[in-house]
Amino acid sequence: MRLKTFVWFIGPSVLMMLLFIAFPLVSVLLQSFQITQPVVETVEVETCTPGFTGQTCVKEWKTTPVLDDDGNALTTTEWVGLLSYTRVLQLDQVGAAIASGALGQILAIDFWKALRFTLTFTLITLPLVIGIGLAIALAVNNAARAIRGQIIFVSLLPFIITPVIGGLSIRWLFYGDGIITALLEDTFATDISVAANGWAIEALMMFYRIWHVAPFAFVIFYAGLQTVNQDTLESAIIDGASRFERLRYVVIPHLMPLIVFVALIHLMDAYRAFEEVVAFSSQAHRITLQWLTYDLLEPDDAGNRAISRASASAMLTMIGIVILLVPLLRRTWRDHKGSAH
Amino acid sequence: MKLKTLAMAGAMSLITSVAWAGCAFENAVPVKSLSAGFQAWKSVTEAMGECGNVEAELDQEFRTKQPAAFAASPSLYHIGGVSNGTVTPLINEGTIRSLDDLVAKYGQNLAPNQLIKIDGKTMAIAMMVNTQHLMYRQDIFDDLGVAVPTTYDEVLAAAQKIQDAGVVDYPLGATMKSGWNLAQDFNNMFLGYGGRFTDANSMPMINTDAGVKALEMMKALTAYMDPEYLVSDSTYVQQQFQQGKIAMANLWASRGAAMDDAGESQVVGKVNAAAAPLAMAGGAPATTLWWDGIVIANNITDEEADAAFRVAMEGLDTDMVKANNDDAIWLISGYVPNRLAEGAIATASASPAPQSYPSTSQMGLMHTALGNELPAFFTGERDAAATLAAVEEAYITAAKEAGLIQ
Repeated sequence: MRLKTFVWFIGPSVLMMLLFIAFPLVSVLLQSFQITQPVVETVEVETCTPGFTGQTCVKEWKTTPVLDDDGNALTTTEWVGLLSYTRVLQLDQVGAAIASGALGQILAIDFWKALRFTLTFTLITLPLVIGIGLAIALAVNNAARAIRGQIIFVSLLPFIITPVIGGLSIRWLFYGDGIITALLEDTFATDISVAANGWAIEALMMFYRIWHVAPFAFVIFYAGLQTVNQDTLESAIIDGASRFERLRYVVIPHLMPLIVFVALIHLMDAYRAFEEVVAFSSQAHRITLQWLTYDLLEPDDAGNRAISRASASAMLTMIGIVILLVPLLRRTWRDHKGSAH
Repeated sequence: MKLKTLAMAGAMSLITSVAWAGCAFENAVPVKSLSAGFQAWKSVTEAMGECGNVEAELDQEFRTKQPAAFAASPSLYHIGGVSNGTVTPLINEGTIRSLDDLVAKYGQNLAPNQLIKIDGKTMAIAMMVNTQHLMYRQDIFDDLGVAVPTTYDEVLAAAQKIQDAGVVDYPLGATMKSGWNLAQDFNNMFLGYGGRFTDANSMPMINTDAGVKALEMMKALTAYMDPEYLVSDSTYVQQQFQQGKIAMANLWASRGAAMDDAGESQVVGKVNAAAAPLAMAGGAPATTLWWDGIVIANNITDEEADAAFRVAMEGLDTDMVKANNDDAIWLISGYVPNRLAEGAIATASASPAPQSYPSTSQMGLMHTALGNELPAFFTGERDAAATLAAVEEAYITAAKEAGLIQ
């Protein structure tokens, strides 16, 4: 291919990637080392608010931003190095917890609490998503042709539903007097409060994620199953290989690149878990790293937002994903190099 | 399909053409408003809509949208619906205009106590007051011979009696959803115990006797609640009342009308309201006072501001109040307080009276810190003192980042 044609071919994608991936990433990285503050002054302000009969006026000292001539707030931007990172990680608290021997207290600190849950969530759902996805794919592959279409359609439904809506429907089954909770209460004649227990919420959040993502794994594996070499399978049968042995030595090795692919995607997605926290209102018991970033970025009623800490938290999330992906990426790289020669 | 669309379009144009029938003038300038979505705002924006060319956006997430939308030039909205909690960033950033000229021109019907004045300049027009106060099931209280509690110790005693009688699932409800609601519940109790959030140098004063007492009282109350109280927001408590599951709660006055909504409620006429209970003898009721009202954007032309204010005045007139008397505790003339308004009036006129929710940058940060750190106390991860220390640390970090303390 001539260079000019090549450039025309990849130019638009490179431009898009620079614009939508590289630039925001660099910008977030820079912001995580900077703190931008409004210039504030303390002034005495008289505020009059309504009562039923008349007004109540109070004079109080208030901190207000200084505005320039155009009415924009004056700000200062300072390079602060790793300050925002240490604030997110709260290392002094971690040190204090270790020094006092109360290691459990580390998990009460926001970042570490979120990291603990995010890692558990990611690593427990991963094998289940792959296992269940594979099981559905094998079942559909062995099902009679006539009903295959319907089964595929039904299996894909959880994947089609908008994530938060799917989460809410599972929440409504269990929270308060949800159908399933009410049923369990009747059966065992006890009082169950699902949302009062951290572990129950954690289990529901994982159940929801598996329910939502397993169909994706299924579609990929099902496609892969269509390309399994039938000759190899037949010769395995002739050699007397059992069903399990055929799966273990023929089918799974064939699907391995797809399993790695699904694992990659799932690790990236699950580590960024967010909608579960919203759908199950789990903030009191369980938070994720992505939710932490969102919470820092969300302005409060007075309009304050912690952009620098949010950027640091986002960068830490990205570093976490990269660390999780390294083993899988190395494997893919090895396979790639191996197949090239 | 096409026929249906056409019929719809016809119906819509019919609505707009007769729209200004209920309005004193025909509005020709397009006006947009952004406000919260509760019933009072629906009534007000509907009345504004009668003037024509009004596009009202009712959004419970308005508080995150408003500061940025009003800072744009031109502003994305002309009219903003605010409360004393959410008006702060608009005032701080100078994105809303002084209304003195407009009030002189079109505000003849406004009562003087509707004008929210900051340093003598009218910055907002209040339309209603709101507060969290005691709502209770009169029928249950009568049956069991329980007097309406005036202090939180009496609330605990009454809750015990109701629990023993077993007439409802849970004696108490509370807006204790982790985050904003839980923090606000703490604020009420903390102020009730005479606490102050920050000192003159913006340093936190939460980890004090009042803070510990507030947390302990809240914990004591949770024993009589649905164990899922950490996901329970105002709507959840309202529904618990409507479905007859709880007997009392410290709930927003703006939720009162829903108790008598026969379409949703099984307890029509049975819920009454009283002043918010005291946390300690001689203190103010453990609650805060709020107002809701309208502001006009700064970054719009004077002509637009003129039209927006006139439209808003139509939305806040006596006709609207007469048609929607029970939706809120209106400050507008023509309002007749009903039985459910008694609680809010008793709360506001108590002596000493509860504070208005403090609208300061410090309070915004404190509210967030409380909302994030308090759940650990209720799930048992931390004790009261450790929780309050964590709140203070979260607040100090945020205040340093925001430049409020050095």
